[in-house]
Amino acid sequence: MEEVPHDCPGVGSAQAGRGASCQGCPNQGLCASGAGAAPDPAIEEIKEKMKTVKHKILVLSGKGGVGKSTFSAHLAHGLAEDENTQVALLDIDICGPSIPKIMGLEGEQVHQSGSGWSPVFLEDNLGVMSVGFLLSSPDDAVIWRGPKKNGMIKQFLRDVDWGEVDYLIVDTPPGTSDEHLSAVQYLAAAHIDGAVIITTPQEVSLQDVRKEISFCHKVKLPIIGVVENMSGFICPKCQKETQIFPPTTGGAEVMCHDLKIPLLGKVPLDPRIGIRFRLKAGYRISLEASRGRCPACPVYRESRRSPPCTRLLSVRVATKDSLFWLKPRIHQPL
Amino acid sequence: MEAAGDFRSGTMSTKLLQRCIHPLDYKRNTGEKNLKKFVMIRADLLQEPGNLAGVRHIILVLSGKGGVGKSTISTELALALRHAGKKVGILDVDLCGPSIPRMLQVQGKAVHQCDSGWVPVFVDQEQSISLMSVGFLLEKPDEAVVWRGPKKNALIKQFVSDVAWGQLDYLVVDTPPGTSDEHMAVVDTLRPYSPLGALVVTTPQAVSVGDVRRELTFCKKVGLRVIGVVENMSGFVCPHCAECTNVFSRGGGEELARHAGVPFLGSVPLDPELTRSLEEGRDFIQGFPESPAFPALSCIAQKILNEAPVGLS
Repeated sequence: MEEVPHDCPGVGSAQAGRGASCQGCPNQGLCASGAGAAPDPAIEEIKEKMKTVKHKILVLSGKGGVGKSTFSAHLAHGLAEDENTQVALLDIDICGPSIPKIMGLEGEQVHQSGSGWSPVFLEDNLGVMSVGFLLSSPDDAVIWRGPKKNGMIKQFLRDVDWGEVDYLIVDTPPGTSDEHLSAVQYLAAAHIDGAVIITTPQEVSLQDVRKEISFCHKVKLPIIGVVENMSGFICPKCQKETQIFPPTTGGAEVMCHDLKIPLLGKVPLDPRIGIRFRLKAGYRISLEASRGRCPACPVYRESRRSPPCTRLLSVRVATKDSLFWLKPRIHQPL
Repeated sequence: MEAAGDFRSGTMSTKLLQRCIHPLDYKRNTGEKNLKKFVMIRADLLQEPGNLAGVRHIILVLSGKGGVGKSTISTELALALRHAGKKVGILDVDLCGPSIPRMLQVQGKAVHQCDSGWVPVFVDQEQSISLMSVGFLLEKPDEAVVWRGPKKNALIKQFVSDVAWGQLDYLVVDTPPGTSDEHMAVVDTLRPYSPLGALVVTTPQAVSVGDVRRELTFCKKVGLRVIGVVENMSGFVCPHCAECTNVFSRGGGEELARHAGVPFLGSVPLDPELTRSLEEGRDFIQGFPESPAFPALSCIAQKILNEAPVGLS
């Protein structure tokens, strides 16, 4: 992707190719001829590619640091528990790709074959793609403007050989910007099942999440539901619960009730999640090692929404024998 | 969302013109009429130095990772500097998620215009903290700013050049997570004013440190000095039994600072009172001196004051 001038009016705008800031831009002729306003041919190519992907789920949040990547990783693992289910996890956070670290795949490389880029496989049925695999050093910064990031996302969707996939989970960066617009734009023709929105209980998080919900309505993206993360902390010593991020305005429950969106579940804060990311062995093994030593916190909450004609995702947040786990159930239409 | 006025079409007072205009140019023009005409033509060049000329020190608060507490640290730093008797401005360039208006209980306030541009919103009666955020320019609080890079860059430039900050000791710039359009725009636009440097915020966990390392590379690449690293959410002391649990792991921030060769400014522990006071717009520094987070925040502010002292005004 070529760089665009600082004051680029945007390829879709009326001033494209004609504005003063367009002088000297290599794409000026293209924009002035109106080619920039034409639909991107890549959209059709991605639609073709996505024919082998049954379900596409976006994990969004207006707010940063609420646990989108953590949730996406948990969801991917949970779905891949069934060996017959093919799961793909795509990380489109170009500036802060966390998925390789969370999945224990740091240092892995992407290979190219005749049919495109091969995702990195954690399990036989769980493939992962992230810009993190394309960086040569963990200190490398991706300092790109919007158009270049869009180009990368286009390549991820068009050029990665996902194969036959049952679930494609797309982890997004915080906000409502280029990456989100591009993902929705490129996947629009391929039909997105919906978005799962992550939040924490505090109002400073909810106010950004309301903007994200507004974004979903604007771009006509269905919302599967909201997950409230970091909802309460059980002290490992005295077993008493403290709300580190207090829900001063009622938390996600009140917001979901007001906006008539399903609340899929509440996930408590668990220090072991932060620790296990450092283990090179990866997520799954360290989870099994911690079984039986966790605080007694039986939190079983399940949320279901069943309009009869749509595919849904239901998330059960549970601690099974004191083991924190996320287990999704998918309901197919009859 | 319309731009709040265009200075080119407005009138300017002579005093303001005299402040803005370069002394050499002023000598060449005699009479108020010529002066006005000359400045109106050159207003584009003159307006920029005018609006940030009164700001002594500019501090950027960055983090590659989201949700580490950039807005929290920016707000608490501003409050601590205010308590030290300084005049502080806060520029919130997080266009998609502007959190600071709510943290200071000024959400919903309107932005007014003056001759030199937009007037920042004053948080208190004494006008010791002023704030500019896209949050004030939205018609509804839940309205999403769904913009691509170029439009965001244009607004950030306006925030820097068209906001009448006046005389400030410190301008704290709160940024969104990442290393993209907003960061490049704000660094480019502030470069002529020689910012003091960047305060880089992280949480202790590896996944956060991994992103913040990239932010430090960004600072190096764009020639922005790193004042230091702040480790936020560093441990939680249970209010029932006083047991300290490292909810988000520990030690990552200090290790990062050592690896990158930059100063480590301190660790701020998790405190539900801090979160609550930000939710309710209360002054944490004044209200909770007993909190475990208070010494850490005061120490960081003191380091800034020592680093960039402002003389008696």
